[in-house]
Amino acid sequence: MAHSGGVEREDAELIAASRTGDTASFEVLLRKYQPRVFATARRYARRESEVEDIVQEVFIKAWHKLDGYRQEAPFDHWLMRLAVRTCYDFLRRHQRDRERMFTDLSEPERDWLDAFAADSSRADEDAAAARELVRRLMESLSPAARLVITLLEIEDRSVKEIAAVTGWSVPLVKVRAFRARAEMRKCLARLARGKYL
Amino acid sequence: MDLAELERKLLAAAKASPPGDHVPHAFEQRILARLNQAPDPWAWWTRALWRAAAPSLAVMLLLAAWTIGSGSVSDANHSLATDLETTLFAVVDDAGEI
Repeated sequence: MAHSGGVEREDAELIAASRTGDTASFEVLLRKYQPRVFATARRYARRESEVEDIVQEVFIKAWHKLDGYRQEAPFDHWLMRLAVRTCYDFLRRHQRDRERMFTDLSEPERDWLDAFAADSSRADEDAAAARELVRRLMESLSPAARLVITLLEIEDRSVKEIAAVTGWSVPLVKVRAFRARAEMRKCLARLARGKYL
Repeated sequence: MDLAELERKLLAAAKASPPGDHVPHAFEQRILARLNQAPDPWAWWTRALWRAAAPSLAVMLLLAAWTIGSGSVSDANHSLATDLETTLFAVVDDAGEI
């Protein structure tokens, strides 16, 4: 693809037209990038209505802030930064009762933990119960910890990339990653204690 | 229970199942409708009022604390009562003079 100053030529034209208020050009950008924004939002929100609200907020912010986009980096980097920050704001606004996340485990989740406790190799990573447990684990973390663990451990991003996408400094990302791992271990210990003590 | 192994397994489970990127039908129309919406003239006023609510409350509490702290409440009551009395009797006094 042709690039001009980090931005695909097609994107650059669409962005320029969108800046003049051309919603048809913005619609093309929207159609192109909304699957990625949806995938990002689904990492942080459980209900589909919440996911849709996040995505809508991201694109409305993008529309209003388009003038502030300097075409040094690709448009999707800028958009994903906006998406991650919007997700973080969402997490901070919707901090659910994190203490109660492990109190109502379903039967398959209990079975999966039993299998893991008996012989860890028997617990299948692909099982739906494991996916539900990790979701509970993520929901039990503080917003900053959840964001860092998701980006660092699940999406395998580097500290530098996380700094760029969150707007935090590299040392702050390292400190938050350290705290997030400690918080996650504490949550796992609570899960194990609740189940087996 | 081996918590380090549990952590590894659960993170592996999360990695193995990335969230879907499907988009609801005609979702872009919903966003475009919002963008094309005429700006609500009352929205700015409502937002400004909500933003002003907390600082106004804080100023009110500070003033109340300052008034009580300075001990001028009883004087103020006295002055208000006197003013009210003067105002009410002014009509009677004026009528008497006529």
